[in-house]
Amino acid sequence: MKLFGFRGGVHPQSNKFTTREKGIKTLPFPDKLYLPVQQHIGAPAAPVVEINDKVLKGQLLAHSQGAISAPIHAPTSGTIVDIDYYTAPHPSGLPVRTIVLKPDGNDTWQQSEGVVNPFKLTTDEIAARVGAAGIVGMGGATFPSAVKLGLGKDNPISTLIINGGECEPYLTCDDLLMQEYGDDVVDGIRIMVHALNAKRALIAIEDNKPGAIQTMTIATHLFSHIKVISVPSLYPMGSEKQMIQMLTGKEIPTGSRSADIGVVVHNVGTAYAVSNAIRKGKTLTSRIVTVGGGAVKNPQNFEVLIGTHVSELFKQCGGFIEEPARILMGGPMMGQILPGTDVPIVKGSSGVIALTKKEIALQKTMPCIRCGSCTDVCPCGLLPLEMANRSRKGDLTGAVDYGLMDCISCGSCAYVCPSHIPLVQYFNFAKGEIASRNIEKQHNDVTRELAEQRKNRLEAEAKAKEEAAAKRKALREAKLKEAEELKQSAKKETVT
Amino acid sequence: MSIITPFSGPHTHAEQSVPKVMLSVLVALFPATVFGIYLFGWSALILFIITIFSALVSEAVCLWLANKPVKLFMLDGSALLTAWLLAMTLPPTAPWWIGVIGGSFAIIFGKHVFGGIGQNIFNPAMMSRVVLLISFPLEMTTWINPLPIGSPNALSFTDSLSLTLGMNSVDVVSGASVMGHVKNELGQGHALSDIIPQGYDIHSMAIGFSNGSMGETSALLILFGAVLLLSLRIISWHIPGAMIATTAILATVFNTIDPLHYPDAIFHVLSGGLMLGAFFIATDPVTSPSSNAGRLLFGAGCGLLVYIIRTWGGYPEGIAFAVMLMNASTPVIDNYVRPRIYGYKSKNVPLQYSPEDFMSKDDLTTSDKQSGGTH
Amino acid sequence: MLYSAIASLTLMGLTLGFFLGLAGRYLKVESNPIVDELESLMPGSQCGQCGFPGCRPAAEAIVEGAAPVTICPPGGRALIEQLAAKLAIDFDLDSIEDKDPAFAQVSEETCIGCTRCFKVCPTDAIMGGPKQIHQVFREACTGCEACIEVCPTECLHMDGVEITLGTWRWPKPALAA
Repeated sequence: MKLFGFRGGVHPQSNKFTTREKGIKTLPFPDKLYLPVQQHIGAPAAPVVEINDKVLKGQLLAHSQGAISAPIHAPTSGTIVDIDYYTAPHPSGLPVRTIVLKPDGNDTWQQSEGVVNPFKLTTDEIAARVGAAGIVGMGGATFPSAVKLGLGKDNPISTLIINGGECEPYLTCDDLLMQEYGDDVVDGIRIMVHALNAKRALIAIEDNKPGAIQTMTIATHLFSHIKVISVPSLYPMGSEKQMIQMLTGKEIPTGSRSADIGVVVHNVGTAYAVSNAIRKGKTLTSRIVTVGGGAVKNPQNFEVLIGTHVSELFKQCGGFIEEPARILMGGPMMGQILPGTDVPIVKGSSGVIALTKKEIALQKTMPCIRCGSCTDVCPCGLLPLEMANRSRKGDLTGAVDYGLMDCISCGSCAYVCPSHIPLVQYFNFAKGEIASRNIEKQHNDVTRELAEQRKNRLEAEAKAKEEAAAKRKALREAKLKEAEELKQSAKKETVT
Repeated sequence: MSIITPFSGPHTHAEQSVPKVMLSVLVALFPATVFGIYLFGWSALILFIITIFSALVSEAVCLWLANKPVKLFMLDGSALLTAWLLAMTLPPTAPWWIGVIGGSFAIIFGKHVFGGIGQNIFNPAMMSRVVLLISFPLEMTTWINPLPIGSPNALSFTDSLSLTLGMNSVDVVSGASVMGHVKNELGQGHALSDIIPQGYDIHSMAIGFSNGSMGETSALLILFGAVLLLSLRIISWHIPGAMIATTAILATVFNTIDPLHYPDAIFHVLSGGLMLGAFFIATDPVTSPSSNAGRLLFGAGCGLLVYIIRTWGGYPEGIAFAVMLMNASTPVIDNYVRPRIYGYKSKNVPLQYSPEDFMSKDDLTTSDKQSGGTH
Repeated sequence: MLYSAIASLTLMGLTLGFFLGLAGRYLKVESNPIVDELESLMPGSQCGQCGFPGCRPAAEAIVEGAAPVTICPPGGRALIEQLAAKLAIDFDLDSIEDKDPAFAQVSEETCIGCTRCFKVCPTDAIMGGPKQIHQVFREACTGCEACIEVCPTECLHMDGVEITLGTWRWPKPALAA
């Protein structure tokens, strides 16, 4: 199939060989599982269990709230020991409401029923089951998949793109998922194609994963409407915008979604979870996580129960060879720094990476020499040097004018900058400032209106008071006049 | 537990840094420099060293005055590169004080008054050369015929030292550069066929055995260096390509109209500092546009101005003026010429697709669900 | 020749100056419209935290140059940016410190329901009736502290806003070399 390419991109060293050949290991049950109620985009889930409740594997622990939300399920059977605020796996280290579960070691599934023929279900039924299973985008975006599966109702979808790109260095979880569970993944794809009423599915796999390409090609050979496409290993191939451009030559118009150009993108891990949910009635309880990085003794992929502490994973890898300079959740390009290792694996955690000082290659930031390397590699056609300059000076309108809101924060620009300027952090800072200012402005508008209303109310009250007083006065005068007249007439009567 | 100052991604980096970029450019300049020194003798080397030394001293003083970390910025190689390029454009037998004034002016007024590295509007080397040319026209237009080191009439080291330091008068045969000579004669109304009766010698001009400054002579060696830079992705082809192409096209046009009074494209490209200017001077990242389309415009403008100044202007060589004039227009180019952003057709105009663009006709009309086989 | 030049220029200067004076007196614009524009940007709660007796006097002071654009605490950085943009002032936002947003909070144990606070609240952010415990609507509170000053039992205090995962923002990278 013809590929269309995308602008820019970089080639970081992939280092995937460290975990690719080692298969997927399982972990012993951790002492406790920590389940944040917010592991997805949208409203946090609301707990339905209480402390000391006994739960079975896959049982609902917190239900979704609103249209954009997802429920949380028990990753294994056990007892709820706490519902409180614990550190979130987020760079800020701020706490998040967490349900703590102590496994009982039996791993007993709750009663669940799969569907014999998913192709008889309607889109809404499939979406409902997927939503109830707590499935969110497993590539890391964690957008509730049920909502995405319903997009076929309002938009004609021509292509479902299954993202097997995995362009980040070190991560091999999707690669191994495709190699070991390829048939289930393809089953999930078929169900999603049916739900979206799409005409075809394209499974895009980077060419540095020959094993996965082979397995998936075999798994799809019976289905003419599902094709495996080998795409070049170029970062950020796994980005939705760039993948769509590579495969279809079309770009998502600004302000629109991919469904508006007939495309929906889902991760391979999501497809696997969908198959489990629909065929076997299994809710989302675990995922494959790559533990890697130069500082880890034995990097490895694991099938991990959601809520396992990151420290457990590093322990199972034999610990660290040297003190890691940074511990990240995700890959080295877009991963988030973790505040420590006592934070849980969540639904979107594709990997945990411990990088050495040499690997992070940190150098002192120099002034910008306007070399334009950032512009050359930006996949979105932006001018990172101009945006960063303006963000630094607080000229947010200028930064937005140069395309700040179209930035996907892939990090290609900062990766190549010879002056080692932290470009992405400038953009994150600027986007956050803009969000804060919008909230402030909204608050100002609301209070201004309230002040206006109060002024009007007080004026109205004062006016009403005046009118009432005037009325009373008029009434009183009328009464006095009446009394006078009565007196007059009475006097007249006595006279006559 | 929380981190007070978290870092954002990316948490790894390509092996590139400012000193590495500068070093690559210096390596690319090396062949032409060595050849130039060989060609013009020890005085060229001495002037070279004096220029670079003055520049480095000025850099250190300016950094110290500005309270910036001196060692960090001295080691980034930008002052060294500026001085090197400036020295390549000076007459090899210029007196020592030209080197001192040139080197310090370039760094102090060409770079640090604007705020240091990355902040200057004009190319510091060109700014300095223009100032020297206008202030000291005699010394800056006295060229000599090549006297390679080791040839019978070449000056010894001590003689060269005396020449540069302006001590007892040493005899050198001065001769106008090819461009200067041609322009002079053309200005007096002679036809090209009389000025260069046998045609100019392409070989000697390309390889470099002709008069001029160190960087002007060997077009071939400059080209080698340029190929290195292009392959390392330190410069892109847009500026040099546009600059040389524009000059060549204009030269060809006028040469076709009047072959006797307008030199042809090859003459223009190989003589003077066009090759050095196009690949090493106009491509200075700080003072040139950052988008490729902008670079093409910039290069074309430089080429146009070079041709105009060379043909109708008062000076035989126009690179320095052309580059500085286009440097002044870089902010304007950068503001109006931007790459197209993903999802937009042009600035503030989103892309638009109709359903026919992404769905085939029968896909749009069929409404039945895809039966993906049995269970 | 010289004298005629001096005379003509002097005459021109005097004539033009005279006309300028006339224009200054008879064509004067009464109220500077920019003051209205600035006032419309401000919160409008007349809280007085800026030291001026209301938003309009503050706007006038800013236009005159007697007050800086940073003068309004409830407006925050958003307002400063808007004011600076309106007046075409170059403003470096780094130099101002962000005042942490704060909202008034009633301590229910000590509230006596005297109703003095909600009468002075410029945005009607306090709800409550006589002899009933009052409560502050956070979304409507501008942090002007007027209520704190009138409360007889000192049961009102300012509460800072806690940063949550939803409101945390990336800090600006530290300055380069």
